[in-house]
Amino acid sequence: MQLIECPWCGPREEVEFSYGGQAHVPYPADPAALGDEEWAHYVFFRDNTAGVWAERWMHATACRRWFNALRDTRTHAFLTTYRPGDPVPSPDPHPTPTPEGAANG
Amino acid sequence: MAERVEGRGRLDRSRELRFTFDGREFTGHPGDTLASALLAAGELTVARSSARGRPRGVLAAGAEEPNALVQVEHPFPDPMQLATTLELFDGLVARGLAGRGRLADVPDPARYDTRHAHADVVVVGAGPAGLVAALTAARAGARVVLVDENPEPGGSLLGADDVLDGRPALDWVAAARAELAGHEDVLQLQRTTAVGSYDDGLVLALEKRTDHLGAAAPRTLARQRVWRIRARHVVTATGAYERPVVFPDDDRPGILLASAARTYLHRYGVLAGRDVVVFTCDDAAYAAALDLAAAGAAVRVLDARPAAPAAWASRCTAAGVPVRAAAVVTAALGDDRVRGVRVADFAGGVVGTGGEVACDLLLVSGGWNPAVQLFSQSGGSLRYDGDLGSFVPGAPLRTVHVAGAARGELTLAQALRDGERSAVDVLTALGRPAPASSLPDAAPAPERSPGLLLWRVPVEGDGRDEFVDLQRDATVADVRRAVGAGLRSVEHVKRYTTIGTAHDQGRTSGVITSGLVAELLGRSVAEMGVTKHRPPTVPVAFAALAGRNRGDLYDPVRRTAVHAWHEAHGAVFEDVGTWKRPRYYPRRSADGSVEEMDAAVLRECAAVRTGVGIMDGSTLGGISVRGPDAGVLLDLLYTGVMSSLRVGSVRYGVMCGVDGTVLDDGTVLRLDEEEFLVSTTTGGAAKVLDWMEEWLQTEWPHLRVHLTSVTDQWAVFPVVGPLSRAVVGAFAPDVDVSAEAFGFMTWRATEVGDVPVLLSRVSFSGELAFEVMVDSRWAAAVWERLVAIGEPHRITPYGTETMHVLRAEKGYPIIGQDTDGTVTPQDLGLGWAVSRKKADFVGKRSFARPANLDPSRRQLVGLLPLDPDLRLPEGSQLVAAAELPPPPVPMLGFVTSSYRSAALGRTFALALVAGGRDRLGEEVFAVVDGRTVAARITSSVLLDPEGARRDG
Repeated sequence: MQLIECPWCGPREEVEFSYGGQAHVPYPADPAALGDEEWAHYVFFRDNTAGVWAERWMHATACRRWFNALRDTRTHAFLTTYRPGDPVPSPDPHPTPTPEGAANG
Repeated sequence: MAERVEGRGRLDRSRELRFTFDGREFTGHPGDTLASALLAAGELTVARSSARGRPRGVLAAGAEEPNALVQVEHPFPDPMQLATTLELFDGLVARGLAGRGRLADVPDPARYDTRHAHADVVVVGAGPAGLVAALTAARAGARVVLVDENPEPGGSLLGADDVLDGRPALDWVAAARAELAGHEDVLQLQRTTAVGSYDDGLVLALEKRTDHLGAAAPRTLARQRVWRIRARHVVTATGAYERPVVFPDDDRPGILLASAARTYLHRYGVLAGRDVVVFTCDDAAYAAALDLAAAGAAVRVLDARPAAPAAWASRCTAAGVPVRAAAVVTAALGDDRVRGVRVADFAGGVVGTGGEVACDLLLVSGGWNPAVQLFSQSGGSLRYDGDLGSFVPGAPLRTVHVAGAARGELTLAQALRDGERSAVDVLTALGRPAPASSLPDAAPAPERSPGLLLWRVPVEGDGRDEFVDLQRDATVADVRRAVGAGLRSVEHVKRYTTIGTAHDQGRTSGVITSGLVAELLGRSVAEMGVTKHRPPTVPVAFAALAGRNRGDLYDPVRRTAVHAWHEAHGAVFEDVGTWKRPRYYPRRSADGSVEEMDAAVLRECAAVRTGVGIMDGSTLGGISVRGPDAGVLLDLLYTGVMSSLRVGSVRYGVMCGVDGTVLDDGTVLRLDEEEFLVSTTTGGAAKVLDWMEEWLQTEWPHLRVHLTSVTDQWAVFPVVGPLSRAVVGAFAPDVDVSAEAFGFMTWRATEVGDVPVLLSRVSFSGELAFEVMVDSRWAAAVWERLVAIGEPHRITPYGTETMHVLRAEKGYPIIGQDTDGTVTPQDLGLGWAVSRKKADFVGKRSFARPANLDPSRRQLVGLLPLDPDLRLPEGSQLVAAAELPPPPVPMLGFVTSSYRSAALGRTFALALVAGGRDRLGEEVFAVVDGRTVAARITSSVLLDPEGARRDG
């Protein structure tokens, strides 16, 4: 079980959080103006990155606030977390090594 | 024959413990395990093998034991215990197992619990490396947790006679233990096995607190405790397991690992045999040979290597222990136990000729497997060490360290140095200065000469009696068959042969299997690798993992404020989420008979449709939406317009996902300009609050809105039926409850006595109805008052079952029962609740997707079985014809709700049917118990389609 750094509460156990999928997929400003395909991309399509990507989390059993995280999907390692509205931090070019246990099947 | 030897062993010989094994009585001493006590009594056979029923004895002296599984019968049935780790207690009753135990069929009276610990470093294993690591870290002021599986620290030192600083090594262990006890920030846990190493320094450990006390265990203590240790660094100093060599009939009782025999001698005072053959490929077995000889056994050594190590050979000569190099055991002799061995010359990998040697004990040593389980579980990669013939930790991990024999540092001096090194690494990473080195002096040991890698003795034969995994009865023949079947990976061979899948997880068989597969494929062991280690490292009882979360504490139970009344009035409850809701209220006759559910529900339904009923709807979710932009948020989240709702009014709302499918529904009351009270389904309350919070926080944080769950704060009692006006009018005399003054979908605030009450005219049954809403603290009194006032009108309490029938008769869907994740408001016939005026709301754009405009979409309709007594099972599939065509049979849809109706005088159902609203009047067929039954499609509104009953 990983520790996740809530930007408001600090590091807490993974079970306190709920997952919210890819971050920075904003609700379209004018959905009616989108074609069916463009709309379908918003509704159904998400990246499937092997590596560092931005995703959303919510600190469900504590402050109940949403935040964003950069995480390496290959190792599960969190590189950083940040508040909604904050700019996307540039990923560390030398990310921390595999968190212990991340490769468990 | 095995026997006790005087003057050895860490036993309390002044006390005798009586126990029963396989129906016979024995004695042992405090300090014994079941295995050592049986061995001391000369009992070699402790179990039968799982598949072939062959007699099996103990091979090892610890957790790596593959054979000695026992069932404990008294004091409490406990399956799959290991005789080698089961501490003996007075009154123990156990029997040997053939691979499979028996769970208790009575509840376990013992307590189990969980504790958390936080540390700078958790050290796993209190052998020489672990003790030094813990001492070094503790001296630097670090917060340390030291866990160890044995009753006392010492690890391998307990099973040997090593010397440190010129004194018995166990004196040093005692001093280390005392010093650690003096450090405030050190937690020492014995009888505690680290069963898993997870992310970010989480180590799970199982502490057996009272198992060793047997029936004398105090009931007030938790029997076992799961420790959740979160540490910045983990040091695994878990030692190494000796591995055997495979040869024909290598599973006979009386064949032990050399180190195990040494442990039985030093720790338990048991000489495992008097006539001993030691078969080794490695130096360590010589210490066992010499110790057993010193204890009075006749010992001879067979060393598979071309030459015996000179220093050990000369010690053997001095002790009268003959050593024969370049020799192997080619078979064990004896059926029920080892009675001798067949010996042959061994040169250049070729087995030559030989003869037979009688013995009553055969010790085997094929080298050492470092205990890398925790490191591997932690994501660490393993590297094949060709000198060791085993796998050691590869690239270091940032926070999981390995020390001592677990890293292949096998001698005592190496282990001590490596323990200190690991602690210094940890302290450096923590930014703490390391204390001055103060390692005890280990007596010089003979230089270690290279071991010979011998997985099996290369004899001719089919390999059927050459056992690799003794617990699984898996042999060399099985490994050959696996490779012959084309398997090339040790993971696949493991699954094909089951090698390594037993309780011992292949501690003695895993590396051998990699070696055998490598030989068969002509590849290197390094290439083959070894199977991945997974937690737990030893079997853990589910009771321990469950801890206190059993029985009443398994899951929270939510009860409404009126629960006691429901109980007192005989309600049958059902679980809705974590809520207990009255399902129906069966009548009890004078003769004691209890009304069946069907009869009770028909009676309750009739009472509501013809008189008045009352139900406890307090479990419906309540969310307060408050703030200047509350209406804006609701307009974005509901399909309908909420901002235009006037204070004093109520509106039904549907909430959709971005894909346009229905998430939840409920009513919205506008309490004042800046506050709405949203109701949700009972099961959807948490989900809807999450959904609203998500949009508010992540998409529209500029909206000035606060969301608060008020489910528990409001009690809600629908008073329903043509006579409800009379009841509510009498209950709230200050309110004009006439249809003209108090219109449908409006609410009124009033006070009854001093109690503030909201009345709202909403209906989930089609009948005239008033929902009485009150702060939960007054709920019971208000409920009882309503029931008392309703008494002259024969007010009938009703439960969820009746509520479901009443709403279904009107075609009102229940989200989650009549819908799945594919159903839109239009599919449900709720298009009227979808605004066409609003520019946008969540889900709107998806309604225009071609798939959502497809006329063949499944739509909610009513179904009337042609047989009016037949209730279609919910979930029944619907097809077009009475005769089923050959598969695949096209499905038209399925039944979502199905009941008996008092008002209709027959059964009916709701169903999702492809293009259903264009098929009204058509016949479809439901598949029930393999036959088809006909039903006619109708509108989903089966009762009062004009809505005439709504206003009474």
